[in-house]
Order: sequence, then structure tokens, then C-alpha cells
Amino acid sequence: MTGVRDAVLLGIGEHRAAGVLTNADLEARLDTSDEWIRRRTGIVTRRIAAPEESIVGMGADAGAKALAAAGIDPAELDLVILASCTAQRPIPGLAPQVAEQLGASGAGAFDVNGGCAGFCYSLAMAADSVRAGSASKVLVVASERLTDWVDQDDRSMVILFGDGAGAAVVGAAASGADTGPAATRKGPVGIGPVAWGHEGANAPVIEIRDEFMQMQGSAVFRWATTVLVPVARRACELAGIEPSDLAAVVPHQANLRILEAMARSLGATDAVLARDVVDNGNSSAASVPLALARLVESGEVQSGDLALLFAFGAGLTYAGQVVRIP
Amino acid sequence: MTQQEILAGFAEILDEIAGVAAADVTPEKSFLDDLDLDSLTMVEVATAAEDKFNVSIPDDDLKDLKTVQDAVTYVEKAGVAA
Repeated sequence: MTGVRDAVLLGIGEHRAAGVLTNADLEARLDTSDEWIRRRTGIVTRRIAAPEESIVGMGADAGAKALAAAGIDPAELDLVILASCTAQRPIPGLAPQVAEQLGASGAGAFDVNGGCAGFCYSLAMAADSVRAGSASKVLVVASERLTDWVDQDDRSMVILFGDGAGAAVVGAAASGADTGPAATRKGPVGIGPVAWGHEGANAPVIEIRDEFMQMQGSAVFRWATTVLVPVARRACELAGIEPSDLAAVVPHQANLRILEAMARSLGATDAVLARDVVDNGNSSAASVPLALARLVESGEVQSGDLALLFAFGAGLTYAGQVVRIP
Repeated sequence: MTQQEILAGFAEILDEIAGVAAADVTPEKSFLDDLDLDSLTMVEVATAAEDKFNVSIPDDDLKDLKTVQDAVTYVEKAGVAA
């Protein structure tokens, strides 16, 4: 691997949507109950974007925070990738507007629709761009307004989804980072190799049909807790670690029941499990960086810790990688 | 495998996944109404049963398994077919 530089996370940022939708709010207008919702989903509140909180605006805010955390000027960015699957229009793409708002005047910019796995796909491409040398500093943003696509009278869907944005700055490891203490450390210097794949044959399991989100919940649950656990394990293998080496597991925040079942099967015995879904709801591609940002802010993970990011959803797609916390 | 052995296997699975006491797992019990399971728990029970009994229980068939006896009969027939 001589000559190939390592890609690392330099900073993480988040934008929490302004509104809060509680189970009590839902009880008041739908035939459901707090107890029923908690038991099936673990969700207590969802963050809901205000009309003025656009995908671009939330993404730019999360991106600015990630840049500040990394100590990087927007003008230094070579590339901005925006992961989103909830835009109102396919054209124009939104990444150029995020880059423009941030002042990333010298950056390439494009959108990724990888469903709920979009952030992990984008992170993999950002890391590879840095390794290959086509970029030195990349901003990966995931921003979603799921609630624009949820039928507010569909009690099986409205209980699950929320909005928000998360972001990460990816850069090259400082030269010499792979020597000294790092050489004796287990796992990747920064961003580990990605394990990814698709099940396009099962596309109708999660789709927008007749303008609203539709999902076969039992099928997704079974898929996530059986087929996908070996893929998460594969991401650990590619990074040269065991699940028991992980300090944190940050799965796509779909539903607490799925997360807990996956974590049990994975055998990440010493890892803290991200549970951001409880307060934020499922915010598709934004869920992984939002959950990661929260673990960092709360001090539940420390700089240098290893975390497994793993996401899955519409497409169907999945992707995951082990990262070292900046 | 006899029906009694399959029933005992389900009792173990239901105890492990949902904390249902073995004494409560009798053939006439409904998973949803009597044992108070929900659809996601049923998926967990089905995947555990697939491993334990070496059978396949697709979602389309799972939704027809209303009672413990339905599940025992399904596994018995699937086991014979395999």
C-alpha cells in the first residue's frame, strides 16, 4: 500500500430539526398509544423540520458544524457529497447549493441517493477520493425531510419518521500517522474499507407509492436482523478487527427493536449502541451521522475509539465501515 | 421430531425471546392475543424456529400461523418435506 494515503474522519456535525412530535401528540389525533408505539419501535419523540428548514439549509448547517469541528475552512474543500432520498425534485441536485451556501467555491459537488444507506456509501466514496488523490478534503452531508413523504394519517408510518441532517469531514491522515503508536493499534487508521451491496429484487419492500412512504416492516426487520448481520461482521473483518473490539455500534436508526436485535447477533459485547432513534425517529440517510454526532457530544465515545457505521434501507441497499472517532 | 418435541422447542424460543413462561405455551394459545406477542416478535420467533428446526418459514406463511398448534403443525410438515 506504499504511496496510498489513509483517509480519516476530521470532524462531525449535526442539525436537529426544530419541531418535536411526541407520542402524546400522536395519541391525540390517531388510534394509537404511547405504550403501543414504545413497545414496537422504542421511539418516544421525532424531530420534524419546520417549513423553512430545507434539505439544503439543514445540510449546510450540519456541514458548517462539521467543518468547525475539524478546523477546516470551507474554501479548502475539494468535494461536497450530499446523501438524500427525500428531495422534492430530481433536478437540480442539491449538493451544489450546499457547497455554495458554505462557501466551498473550489469543490466538486454531487448528490447520492443510496436510500437510508446514503451516508455510508458517500463516506466510502469520500475516503476513496482521498486515498486516490482526487480530493484532499471532502465534506459528506446527509440531509432528509422524510416527513414530507409520510401520510400523516398512516399510523404505521407516522410513528417512525423524523427529519434532520448530519455531516462529516474526511481528509488525509497526517503523514506518520501510521507509525508509532498507531502501528500497534488494531483497526484502521481512519476510515476502514466498506462492505456494501444491494437487493434490487426487493425494491418494493420500501418505496414511495402514491406520493407516500410505504414499507413492509416485518420483511425489513427480518432482513436487517438475519441477512445484514453477516455484512456488518464483514465490515469488521475488512477493518481487521473483531466486533468485540468496537467501542460503538452506530446502525441506521430504523427502529430500536431492529438495532437491539442486530447488536445482539453481532456480538459487539463492549460497544455502546447508538439509540438516537428514540428521540429523533428514523431520518433515513441522516440517521447515522446524527447518531454518531450525539455519541461524540455526550462523551459516550472518545477520540481514537472504533465505531461501526452500518446502514440499510430503500433500494434495497446496505453499506457499512469501521471508523476511528476524530 | 414429535409434536411434543416441537412444542417444547417453541417453549424454549418463546421464553428466550419474549420471556413467556413455558407453562403458558400450550397448543390452543394465540400468539398475538393470548401470549401478547407482536408482529416483529413473531419474526424473531420465526427466525429462531428456522435455526432450531432447520426449516424455512417465509413471511407469507408466518402470517397464517395464529396459534401455537399452527406453528407446531407447520414445522412438523416442513420437517417431513425437508
